[in-house]
Amino acid sequence: MNSSLRLRAGLVSIALLAAFLGIWHLATRSTAPVATMSPEYAKLMGLTATQGKSAMPGPLDVGAKLWEHLKRPFYDNGPNDKGLGIQLAYSIARVGTGYLLAVLVAIPLGFLIGMSPLLSKALDPFIQVLKPISPLAWMPLALYTIKDSSVSAIFVIFICSIWPMLLNTVFGVASVRKEWINVARTLEVGTVRRAFTVILPAAAPTILTGMRISIGIAWLVIVAAEMLVGGTGIGYFVWNEWNNLSITNVIIAILLIGIVGMLLDQILARFTRMVTFPE
Amino acid sequence: MTDKFVSIEGIAKRYPGAGGATTTIFENLWLSMARGEFCCVIGHSGCGKTTVLNILAGLDAPSEGAVIVDGQAISGTSLDRAVIFQSHALLPWRTVLGNVSYAVSSKWRSWDRAKVKAHAQNFIDLVGLTGSEHKRPSELSGGMKQRVGIARALSITPKMMLMDEPFSALDALTRGTLQDEVRRICLETGQTAFMITHDVDEAIYLADKIFLMTNGPGAVLAEVVENPLPRDRGRTDLHRHPLYYALRNHIIDFLVTRSKTFTTEKPDHDPRNVPLVHIGKPGLSIASSGEEQRQTWTPGANPGLTA
Repeated sequence: MNSSLRLRAGLVSIALLAAFLGIWHLATRSTAPVATMSPEYAKLMGLTATQGKSAMPGPLDVGAKLWEHLKRPFYDNGPNDKGLGIQLAYSIARVGTGYLLAVLVAIPLGFLIGMSPLLSKALDPFIQVLKPISPLAWMPLALYTIKDSSVSAIFVIFICSIWPMLLNTVFGVASVRKEWINVARTLEVGTVRRAFTVILPAAAPTILTGMRISIGIAWLVIVAAEMLVGGTGIGYFVWNEWNNLSITNVIIAILLIGIVGMLLDQILARFTRMVTFPE
Repeated sequence: MTDKFVSIEGIAKRYPGAGGATTTIFENLWLSMARGEFCCVIGHSGCGKTTVLNILAGLDAPSEGAVIVDGQAISGTSLDRAVIFQSHALLPWRTVLGNVSYAVSSKWRSWDRAKVKAHAQNFIDLVGLTGSEHKRPSELSGGMKQRVGIARALSITPKMMLMDEPFSALDALTRGTLQDEVRRICLETGQTAFMITHDVDEAIYLADKIFLMTNGPGAVLAEVVENPLPRDRGRTDLHRHPLYYALRNHIIDFLVTRSKTFTTEKPDHDPRNVPLVHIGKPGLSIASSGEEQRQTWTPGANPGLTA
């Protein structure tokens, strides 16, 4: 029953994909009337005018281009022409660095805030004000103070991924069941051991949920940040290809951004399952 | 009551109420227990039973007064006093063995893994969970979870056990077997135990002494009832003992009526010398009719009672 449900769902997914590709293909066929013009003039005009091609690339164009990229993902022909693998690696490295820094700050800080009602109340106004700020709003300030565009991008990732982790850690730590704490207290377990043996495992699912939200936001933000800072990365690639008017490459980049985002989310989802305990 | 292993001396618990007033849950509470004694507290919800237990455990501090255990005033929690929680309070990410080992390694920090494991295993065997060591709490039934709770409490070889309605969430059959287990273990190990319960039969079966508390706020310990039933009593023939109904009716009468009226009826009640009630004279105590019984058992004028 379950496997047949999965099979049927898979078939529906494939059918939907086929329908989408079919409609896309039909919509971008060469149907426009071809104007008659002198060969010299035709050379100046694009394919849309001379052969009636649609300005939007069809699925076959995108597929062919994608195959080309996949064959050579790591070529490097200078600053504006690098393989997609290299661009993605830059983006993932930035997200990874900023995200790990955020983990290092958010989780210990969240523990402190969650365990101390005083800190929780004292820091609350700051968190409430800082949290809703769009991470990109920090960009000019980061560029001005850090004076390095690549580090600024990492800072923006750091600042955007810290809040969900911090808030979830605080919530997870503060809402550990009183009875579990009491167990540790009656066993005379010290504060540090209690933090690691009771509070951390009890709050881990909530913390991991925060980390999963954060990685999603970080991946959303890196594209926009790289469009601003430029140089390398998948976000810069999208913007560069837009300037080149290569819609095919833009579509390929969109597809890859989606796939990488999904993979990052799946990794964190797996970690979350590892620390989740049934009650 | 010469041997005061546990002595609660004039404790009070007050909470700040609305508008600067304070709510007194109970005050001037005196209570003592001998070594190896099994005591049950019975009283309605809100009389502060759990607060008394939490104070004994060290999880809560009294607003006034002190608690002395084994000649020493307590301050905070201690590995000498193990708590069995109503909701079993097992750590769900640890196995049965992991939960018991956590307690063992908290008590004996220098022990190596093998020693901790062997010690924990002994207590898992004692509560009859051999073979389930590697299960997680979520895979256990309610009764088995509470067995783990008992094993965890016993594994640290405490001087006394504190139980807050440990069996109230269990079905009647499981509750019965666990009562047997607890009674057997406490008798075998000479454990001093303090238990809160709502179940009169549970108190009669398990307790040597039953503390009756009046309704809160302003609850007082009204009486200490000595259990007249023999020490080798069995759960199945408990109700055949000639003094069983006398004892049971006395407790139920207290809960139904006297717990509300006690403070007004006995204004001269001295909380430091709570009357110790012996249920005696078997001939008078067997209930024939409930109505007669109630008239017979008016406090003070009772031939079967010698306060």
